[in-house]
Formats: sequence, structure tokens, C-alpha cells
Amino acid sequence: MAYLVQLQKQFDDYRASLFNEGFLDDQFEQLQQLQDESNPDFVVEVVSLFFQDSERLLNELATSLDQQNTDYRKVDAHVHQLKGSSSSIGAQRVQRVCIAFRNFCEEQNTEGCLKCLQQVKHEYTLVKNKLETLFKVSN
Amino acid sequence: MGMAAEDQFHVLAVDDSIIDRKLIETLLKISSYQVTAVDSGSKALEFLGLHEEDEQSDANIPSVSPSNHHQVLEVNLIITDYCMPGMTGYDLLRKIKESKSLKDIPVVIMSSENEPSRINRCLEDGAQEFFLKPVQLSDVNKLRPHLLKGSSKGNQHTINKTDEATMEQENQSTERQRNILYHDLEVVQLEFDNL
Repeated sequence: MAYLVQLQKQFDDYRASLFNEGFLDDQFEQLQQLQDESNPDFVVEVVSLFFQDSERLLNELATSLDQQNTDYRKVDAHVHQLKGSSSSIGAQRVQRVCIAFRNFCEEQNTEGCLKCLQQVKHEYTLVKNKLETLFKVSN
Repeated sequence: MGMAAEDQFHVLAVDDSIIDRKLIETLLKISSYQVTAVDSGSKALEFLGLHEEDEQSDANIPSVSPSNHHQVLEVNLIITDYCMPGMTGYDLLRKIKESKSLKDIPVVIMSSENEPSRINRCLEDGAQEFFLKPVQLSDVNKLRPHLLKGSSKGNQHTINKTDEATMEQENQSTERQRNILYHDLEVVQLEFDNL
């Protein structure tokens, strides 16, 4: 019994750290509140959609920025989508990088964009790992 | 426990983002609305039985059967994203308001950008509400008055009040049922914890 309590505490602490470290924001809490008996897998489903969609967008971004003549409107459109979806699930750090990324798009600053792409990939990978851990432990 | 299908309001949700479609669909279903979600303005118009060029569907053109089927299903409110490739939410709003058959359907716009000029333009051109994304349950709760306004004919005042009272009663009873269910679950949880 004590072991279970300990596990529960570890899980709670881990979950809290994700919020404290800014990986997740209040929107993620909102998602959890929408989950109930009639919709028991809602959070996992939405987050899975986010993973799929983000991977698609990151690939598109890499391709677009690799072109001879970068179409910045296209790049901006993809970043806008990523910003939106990360905001919708509460992936705060990803969303923040997207904001900076869009500014570089507006300036048509290739170097800035490439740096942001690296950064957003990094933040995405971090939050993905953390959410996957969270789901594994909560099951 | 639930409302019969014909008593439920039917909302058409339009958003190009698969994540946001899932989110708005869930928010609306939790609020007891029937939902159809599409990923573009043109698909929305198709669902509404309106082709982009003309007011009525041409009988000579072999229609896609879903479109015919959906013309029977009444749409009570349209909630649409603003930024979409091709037809924006604003374009969709304009098309709906310019259509004889659709102009009375309330339209709500959602957007991630908090731009006052954009918000004002949408409201001035007929949108009932403008929600900032990510949309919350508290936003969806604001939809009911707009739906109730259009739901009755004849004496608007008294009939609407009755509708509102009935809705409120049903909401309360659903909430009570939910609370009872949660309480029961808590009791079960406690039993397990005590093992």
C-alpha cells in the first residue's frame, strides 16, 4: 500500500514539474477536465493527434527552409499551424518558440528561421518524451 | 437521461486543424450539442447545401448523396476558425450572410490572433461572437442564448423564456446526475483505497 502511495506521489511530482518548468500550461489542465467517463481517452487522443500533426509540420518546415528560394509565406503558414496546435494542447515552450519563429519569417531571416527550427524541434522532442512518460505512468 | 436527437441543437464546426476540430467537437458534445465537423469553408458550404457559385443546388447536376442527405439535417449554429487556407472564416461568414436560405443561422468566429480590427469586422458583418483560441467550455456556454433566439417562431418573448427555463431545468438535472455519478465513483474509489 505504501508503495502505491509512493508511486502516486512520484507521478504527482512529475506532473507538477512539467507545469513548473513551463512545458505545459493551463490549457493542458483544461483538456484533462474535459476527460470523463463518456470520453475516457480524450487527452491521449488529442495529444496523439498533436504528435502526428507536429511531425508532419516539422518535416514540411525542414523542406521549405532547404529550398534555394525560401517561400517565407509558406514557412510562416506552417509555423502558424504549429503555434496553434501547441497552444491548443498547452505545450507552452513549443508555442513560445513558434512566436519567435514567426518574427524571423516576417523578416525573411533565414539564419533566424533555421535556428528556430532547431529550437522548436528540440522543445517538441522534450515535451513529447515527457507526455509519453506521463501517459505510461498514469496507466 | 439525454435529450432526444430532435431536441438537440446541431452545430457545424469548421476548422482546418485536426487538433482544434477534436477540441471543439468535444467541447460541443459535452454541452449536449450534436456536432458535424468539417475542415474547410467550402466543405461547410457543401454540407449546408450551398454551392459556392449559386444560391440553390442545380437539379441537373448529379449531386453527391451526402450533400442531399445533409440538406435534411438542420444546422442551428456555425462555429468557424478565422485563419484557414482558401476560404477564411470571414469569407464563409460573408457567404452565409449573403445567402437567403442561410443568413439567419448564427455564426461564431474563433481565432488565435487577438486583433481588434479583425474582431470588429467580423462582429460588424454579422458574427454573433468571437472566441479567442484555445476555446474554453466557458466560451461554449455563451452559445446557448444565440441558439435559443432562433429556435422559436411567433411570440419570441414568452416562448423563449419557456425554452430557457426548460433548458435550465434539463441542464440542472444533467448536472445533478453527473454529480451523483461522481459521488458514487468517489465512494467506490474510497472502497479500493481501503483495501
